[in-house]
Amino acid sequence: MADIAARNPAGHPTQQRSSLHKLMQRKSTIAFLMALPLILLITILVAYPAGYAVYLATLNKGMTRFVGFGNFEFLFGRDTFWLVVYQSCLFAITAVIFKAIIGFVVAHFVHNIPAKGQRKWRGMLLVPWVIPPAMSTLAWLWLFDPSYSALNWVLEGVGLSGIPWTGEAGWARFSVILVNVWIGSPFFMIMYLAALKSVPEQLYEAASIDGATWWQRIWYVTLPMMRNIIAITALFSLIVTFANFDIVRVLTAGGPLNSTHIFGTWAFRVGIEGGDIPLGAAVSLFMVPILAVAATFILRDITKRGSEV
Amino acid sequence: MVSMKVNRRRFVAGTAAASAAFVAAPFVRSANAAGKLSVGFWDHWVPGANKATEALVKEWAEKNKVEVSMDFITSQGNKLLLTTAAESQAKSGHDVLAFSTWLPARYSEQLVAMNDVMEPLIKENGKVNDTVEYLGKLNGKWLAVPATVGSQIKGPCSRIDLLKKHAGIDIQAMYPVGQAPKADAWNLDNFVKAAEACQKGGNPFGIGLGTTSDSVDSAGALFHAFGAQLVNAKGDIVVKNDQVRQVLDYYKKLMQFLPADVPSWDDASNNKFLVSGQGSLIMNPPSAWAVAKRDAPQVAEQLWTHGFPMGPKGRYAPFLPFFWGIWNFSKNQSAAKSLITYLSQASSAEKMTNASQGYDLPAFEKLTTFKVWAEESPPKGTLYHYPNPHNHQTLSIAAAPAPHKIAEQIYTQAIMTQMVVRYAKGEAMDKTLDWAAKELEGFTRN
Repeated sequence: MADIAARNPAGHPTQQRSSLHKLMQRKSTIAFLMALPLILLITILVAYPAGYAVYLATLNKGMTRFVGFGNFEFLFGRDTFWLVVYQSCLFAITAVIFKAIIGFVVAHFVHNIPAKGQRKWRGMLLVPWVIPPAMSTLAWLWLFDPSYSALNWVLEGVGLSGIPWTGEAGWARFSVILVNVWIGSPFFMIMYLAALKSVPEQLYEAASIDGATWWQRIWYVTLPMMRNIIAITALFSLIVTFANFDIVRVLTAGGPLNSTHIFGTWAFRVGIEGGDIPLGAAVSLFMVPILAVAATFILRDITKRGSEV
Repeated sequence: MVSMKVNRRRFVAGTAAASAAFVAAPFVRSANAAGKLSVGFWDHWVPGANKATEALVKEWAEKNKVEVSMDFITSQGNKLLLTTAAESQAKSGHDVLAFSTWLPARYSEQLVAMNDVMEPLIKENGKVNDTVEYLGKLNGKWLAVPATVGSQIKGPCSRIDLLKKHAGIDIQAMYPVGQAPKADAWNLDNFVKAAEACQKGGNPFGIGLGTTSDSVDSAGALFHAFGAQLVNAKGDIVVKNDQVRQVLDYYKKLMQFLPADVPSWDDASNNKFLVSGQGSLIMNPPSAWAVAKRDAPQVAEQLWTHGFPMGPKGRYAPFLPFFWGIWNFSKNQSAAKSLITYLSQASSAEKMTNASQGYDLPAFEKLTTFKVWAEESPPKGTLYHYPNPHNHQTLSIAAAPAPHKIAEQIYTQAIMTQMVVRYAKGEAMDKTLDWAAKELEGFTRN
């Protein structure tokens, strides 16, 4: 077996060469070497910055001395911080729920389109997801513009009054969530579509023979078969949505009255714009425990179901 | 392939010969003999304005035999801010960098003292205003030199026709070309009356109350006009005072006559509002006028840049200087100082100001009367009062005189505009003041 390490009685160069040769032929060595570029990339781009952020978060404002958890304690006493926590949770959870519902419904529609025209629809529906969010959000910004909103122009055209899309806290929250849902739903749609295509047709046939209604087929066949994909997609999206920056930054910059700030944008405001890098790092690190708890529950559920199967 | 082997004997002989030649002829200068210099400038909004800076730097580089590399870094998307933060962390990057308003103080410990540059410049070009001194000098040390490029006053820019039509104000007569302002009647009471008249006439004033720079600057000037401080020079939180209450009451009244969406305005909103022909007054440097000149000439020919209205404690206008500073990790500090000195000469400043169509403002007293401001048109003389040539108003910055680290937070977190909006939207005065006091308390941590 290639995985078994060869004994290496030290000494002879030919023997050394042959043991190196054997080492290089091991599956685990090859796997490690192939994964090495990715490991290096993750170390440089993820592990190091994350470690550095932890280090920064333990420094004082002037970055001259170690303050331990001082920055975190300070944040707990700030009203704006709790507003950001509330807004981040509201933003991420609401957006993920709507993205999941819309993705699920649209995936069903697309799944039922005859195979011939399905590719076109899939392509078109993916457009919001493939456009860089900063670009598409800019287009939304023009639609929501306080003074020249195209949406308000339409509303006023049909006799309704204009809406302060980004000017009033409630509407501003609605607007940033709406744009996130618009951008993210195609990802759910494509994941759910893939899952739908993998549900064996025989299960539906069996359910039909048993007299199952449309709703019963969804509830007892489709959803159980898609559970893992739904959970993984929701987890992935929750992480990405929590860590969102561009939509809020471009659309409202956190306003009005800080009502749309999420962790990323507030960390930027405090750390980079306000010059308090340690506090900014501490704000951004708050995402970690929240997401870790969510990830633990979701992944535990998936593992449990995996072992049941 | 010919290979040449360098043995020890040959290496020693060669090195000795080279050293002898160097010692014997120390002043022989080859191209770029004075080393290299890397400079990061702010990328100007005005098309073509970078060219004047570029030409001046090349001129200096040729004269001084320095190899200069220039980057024009945009402030869009906070690119310049991020570059500054990254260079500060990495302790590597440009030798000379453009620092926006609050950054010299933020990076004070990493900047080379510029007293030996500033003192001769002040002697030559006149003193700088108190705001430049507040922002650029700390404990007697000049942290950076005020740059002509990018420095600006955000005074009112009004529609001549609409002010006359709706409010009966002849703004050109109040601020005549080539003469001192005759603006005693231009006070905050008349300002709010004019705002009301223009709003009723369908062309409201467009004064932002968002969280970006333009909004904060306007609020800062009005707070100063009432003498309303949030934190004093010693760093004490003094927000619960009568002047702050007065300015909040004033703003509440003024807000009734502003567009309903001003709390969500950004730095582009006021420009669009004026250029579209809807607004009758905004607070902005002449960039809105420059855009109107290109896109809406019929609006541009009715625009007049002038001074702020007078409040109970004086007439204040926001001045936002850019600075040129030298990192202490720069390896060519003497060349960097020489370049900054060259760029700060009156002739250089005038070239930069001309290239920016009058947008850029030198911070020195004697450099506020360049021809460009009197001659720019339409209408002729529209920018005459922009550089405050008659010292008619006090140039200020929001949140001063609080210690820099607190003031910067007040400014970037837009505490003033947030207070105004909270109170104007119906929050009780005491609740607004309590909220502000708590935020300010957070900014005082070290």
